[in-house]
Amino acid sequence: MEFFWTTLWPLIVILAQSVLLLVILLVAIAYILLADRKIWAAVQMRRGPNVVGPFGLFQSFADLLKFMVKEPVIPAGANKGVFLLAPLITCVLALAAWAVIPVNVGWAIAEINVGVLYIFAVSSLMVYGVIMAGWASNSKYPFLAALRSAAQMVSYEVSIGFVIITVLLCAGSLNLTAIVEAQNGPYGIFSWYWLPLFPMFIVFFISALAETNRPPFDLVEAESELVAGFMVEYGSSPYMMFMLGEYVAIATMCAMGTILFLGGWLPPVPYAPFTWVPGVIWFVLKAFFLFFGFAMVKAIVPRYRYDQLMRLGWKVFLPLSLAMVVIVAGVLQYGHLVTAAMK
Amino acid sequence: MIVAAFFYLFAGILVASAFMVIASKNPVHSVLYLILAFVNASGLFVMMGAEFLAMILVVVYVGAVAVLFLFVVMMLDVDFAELKRGVLQYLPIGLLLGGIFLAELLLVVGAWVIGPGVPQAITAPIPAGITNTEAIGLVLYTRYVFFFQISGMILLVAMIGAIVLTLRHKERVKRQDISIQNARTPEMSMQVVKVRQGQGLGSNTAGGTGTGSAS
Repeated sequence: MEFFWTTLWPLIVILAQSVLLLVILLVAIAYILLADRKIWAAVQMRRGPNVVGPFGLFQSFADLLKFMVKEPVIPAGANKGVFLLAPLITCVLALAAWAVIPVNVGWAIAEINVGVLYIFAVSSLMVYGVIMAGWASNSKYPFLAALRSAAQMVSYEVSIGFVIITVLLCAGSLNLTAIVEAQNGPYGIFSWYWLPLFPMFIVFFISALAETNRPPFDLVEAESELVAGFMVEYGSSPYMMFMLGEYVAIATMCAMGTILFLGGWLPPVPYAPFTWVPGVIWFVLKAFFLFFGFAMVKAIVPRYRYDQLMRLGWKVFLPLSLAMVVIVAGVLQYGHLVTAAMK
Repeated sequence: MIVAAFFYLFAGILVASAFMVIASKNPVHSVLYLILAFVNASGLFVMMGAEFLAMILVVVYVGAVAVLFLFVVMMLDVDFAELKRGVLQYLPIGLLLGGIFLAELLLVVGAWVIGPGVPQAITAPIPAGITNTEAIGLVLYTRYVFFFQISGMILLVAMIGAIVLTLRHKERVKRQDISIQNARTPEMSMQVVKVRQGQGLGSNTAGGTGTGSAS
């Protein structure tokens, strides 16, 4: 009996929390997908999906059904095991990142000391889904996409890593909750790290676009040259898993941006009517604000050429973020000397 | 009990996937098994309470090194019949290296069993009450700062060496200078010409027949 309460019961609680998180996350992803299409349509003065349900609200679920009942086709020359493993890896890794993301004080399944590193590690593994899919398809275009993605995602991870280091230097912790609490200042929205670390916020946003293969950096899919890149040979539910993994990764990046730069669940004005609103609502609003940015960029920015992408990552963002790490560390270490001298 | 179960899970998969790295026929599968071995090793690190090392193992080895490894192995066309032919020739060297490795492992384990206090004597104790990220930082940047700097220097020299060895300036290759491209104005590349009907362009305007096509 004691074994049940000490060992099994926490396991059951964690399982229930994970299922709850999964359900909420997947419904949210369904509507994020719809929002993405609607925003894209509105920019191009179209209506977007508007047939299934009122205002097309059930469109994502109709798509889900369609993908589920279609026949999965595996090409004859494909490496079967790796071919089916690739979408699973993409999907599972993307969802696993959400285990540590706190949407309110204490609202995380795992409150671990190295939360930032965990998310960084999981998002650096996402590249395997693309590479494995590209190789296992045993076809030209997917393979080219795999080569592109290997270089692209590794390059932008470097600059994301340095951006995260600048935030960590300011917050003094690797714990996500502690990072949000470190932004809790008397000036509300102006205490959050987007202002003191402003260029890094932009670098993070653009690197997040590249890391999640979103336009204008979607050279991995580039339908005009690679048909659909690494997903050409996929259909039905394996394809759906890629789409799901991609959008969950985008949601993860939005949540990361919210936690690192936009103060997580903190209200923008730290006074009465705003502090009554539950933190999770602020979190969702901020994350959706970032996602709106993602959607607008997709709608209005043309695709980069591959050499421009590499140049931006290695010759612009890497020196910029490296310099910022040195500057932030210097200010934190010797800033008090300057203020003392000014007095 | 749960801890033991997870230990045997991670350790078992680690050993099995490490064996599959050398046993599997397809080199890409070998690299994928290697990645599985890395991930399980990081699971073992987490169980020992070294979560920082676990995450760094995944970020550096799985997220960066193994990606490039996989990248290269995917591009190479490895011929197994040819590889198998030379196996007898290299067998003695392989056995010798394996034997040395095994003897060293036995020495390490033997020393650990005979004198359990030895590892504590040569390593810094972990202070209580701080996370292991802080503990590593406190030792690495104070007591071992010179070793840290030297290893950084070695990596830097290796990196510069690799760049110098592969850098070639070919004269005929067309290169783009982004700053020059960005500094272009419409006046530099475009000419607006009013063409009178029936007369065409005058002789003084060379090239550029239209107004819109050049932009």
